[in-house]
Amino acid sequence: MPTPNTPLWEVFIRSRNGLSHRHAGSLHAADATLALQAARDLYTRRGEGLSLWVVPSSAIVASDPQDKGMMFEPTASKIYRHPTFYDIPDEVGHM
Amino acid sequence: MYTQALNQRGEGDERLLEDAAALERFQARIDAEERIEPNDWMPAQYRRTLTRQISQHAHSEIIGMQPEGNWITRAPSLRRKAALLAKIQDECGHGLYLYAAAETLGTSREELLDQLHSGRAKYSSIFNYPTLTWADMGTIGWLVDGAAIMNQIPLCRCSYGPYARAMIRVCKEESFHQRQGYEIMLALSRGNDEQKAMAQDALNRWWWPCLMMFGPPDTASQHSDASMRWKIKRFSNDELRQKFIDATVPQAHFLGLTIPDPELRCVDGHWQHGPLDWDEFARVIAGHGQCNRDRMAVRRRAHAEGEWVREAAAAFAAKHSAQLAAE
Amino acid sequence: MIVEAPASPLARYALRRADDALILGHRLSEWSAMAPTLEEEMALSNMALDLIGQSRALYTYAGEVEGKGQSEDDFAYMRREREYQNILLVERPNGDFAQTMLRQFFFAAFAYPYWLAMMRSTDATLAAIAAKSEKEIAYHLRHSSEWVLRLGDGTAESHRRLAEALEELWPYTGELFAVLPDETALIAAGVAVDPDTLRGEWEATVRAVLERATLAMPSGGWMQQGGREGRHSEHLGHLLAELQYVPRMIPGATW
Repeated sequence: MPTPNTPLWEVFIRSRNGLSHRHAGSLHAADATLALQAARDLYTRRGEGLSLWVVPSSAIVASDPQDKGMMFEPTASKIYRHPTFYDIPDEVGHM
Repeated sequence: MYTQALNQRGEGDERLLEDAAALERFQARIDAEERIEPNDWMPAQYRRTLTRQISQHAHSEIIGMQPEGNWITRAPSLRRKAALLAKIQDECGHGLYLYAAAETLGTSREELLDQLHSGRAKYSSIFNYPTLTWADMGTIGWLVDGAAIMNQIPLCRCSYGPYARAMIRVCKEESFHQRQGYEIMLALSRGNDEQKAMAQDALNRWWWPCLMMFGPPDTASQHSDASMRWKIKRFSNDELRQKFIDATVPQAHFLGLTIPDPELRCVDGHWQHGPLDWDEFARVIAGHGQCNRDRMAVRRRAHAEGEWVREAAAAFAAKHSAQLAAE
Repeated sequence: MIVEAPASPLARYALRRADDALILGHRLSEWSAMAPTLEEEMALSNMALDLIGQSRALYTYAGEVEGKGQSEDDFAYMRREREYQNILLVERPNGDFAQTMLRQFFFAAFAYPYWLAMMRSTDATLAAIAAKSEKEIAYHLRHSSEWVLRLGDGTAESHRRLAEALEELWPYTGELFAVLPDETALIAAGVAVDPDTLRGEWEATVRAVLERATLAMPSGGWMQQGGREGRHSEHLGHLLAELQYVPRMIPGATW
């Protein structure tokens, strides 16, 4: 009987303190402990990281690209959220 | 890291079956140099072409560990041994990045490996040649990795996001591979007569197969139209081959080695080469290279012998999943 | 061309530890392309690279101490079976994955507290090598422990294979604690660590992991010795034949 598919994990690396964890890639491992070790052996061979997260890929909930319009486009018109929207005389100085 | 343009048969015109408007929007995104991401709509043939190309690329990395692996235990100094082992480990890592990229298109690692083990998937023909002397390690690093880099740099701008990102990581890590090989060749070419002869012999054997790594000549390759249109591929086989030759010939001269091509000559700054043996290429691709059977046998054996280990890990995970989750 | 055994006890001491690291690293490197998963391929190579790196630092130091211009490669490539002084455990053939992982676990369970203690060596170079090696071996211990657990407590087949590996390798664990006559003065001077002081920790680590792996800790029994004095198994000669083949075929060449 073939082995069932080994679970897929997403790997996130903090490259140095002060930065957030960033997605690096994925790998297969039977459990969380092996996944963390594999992440270390596969994704940090050149001093890429100080901290690792592994997350089961199945735990990630993603937005649908089809919903891009409704999800992300309405913000484009809310230009009053940006500082450049407001007119302040130069004499006031940096604000 | 190795990719090879293999002839891919066109698969009917199923574009007609897909929504013409969606196709148009897709092509517009490609033309605007936008990246396509896994959940985006894509034509079925784009998905299939990419799955095949990325997985072939991954298989090449994994099979490519073997010819060099043949010399890990016989590397002539500890420094060379460490560098070679690290390089081969990188190849495995690159195979893993690529399998992960291919999986985002919807085919599992297990399925991709099964395609390799059952002989349905191909890998680069270069790995079906034997590595006979230590000089082959130098030549492979210098020429095979050099050819691979020519192929791979444009792939960093491939339209499919996960493939492009994998290639960026790969190209960054591989920058030492070619230097590693060339340094071996330098040491041999500065060595005694036996070492020099070893270096020349290796170049003689690997030169032509390396040129064939770029795939059939443009005149014989009818399949890359779609790949070009979709910006999976950005240069033709012959363009890349020419770039490689122009870069490599002066490097060979620096080593004091002779390129085994009596017709080689420089015209307007470009090195023109003699005819390639495409019959040999076809034979090796078809499975009749000297090492095709050996390479596949080793890969199948590794997978079969690992079965009980993978089963043990799965069984342990099933038993302890509750505990691990609680920890 | 043949490199003689160093006269200095300190150089000999460093050489023995270098031999352990090189031979075990070489064995792990033999797994290339044969690992049970591609992810594990990466782990085995990483451990091999750590060990080869440790051996290079130790060989280089042995050459410096001896002061006759011997390089790391002179020691690695130009000594014969009888001059190699690694323990027998590390030259055991890889066998299956259970044997390789259990061998790694036995070695790391010793080497981890060993290098930790060696960080306090009165010899500054050995202390520096220890500081680097301790971190590497700590990971080897963790990685091999996790696999011993999974194989012991995995399937009936993996349990059987691990039990066979245990029976096969156990007699080679005694030599981890061997002390040669020329090492007692180094121990007294605080240059070297008395391995007997590490026995309790080694046994506790091994017992805990084996128990969780549902295997009983063997007790006592005959322990094989001889590697430290150059009396090896037949396996080492074949390993060295491969390792040394190229430089011996073209002697005096630079690679």
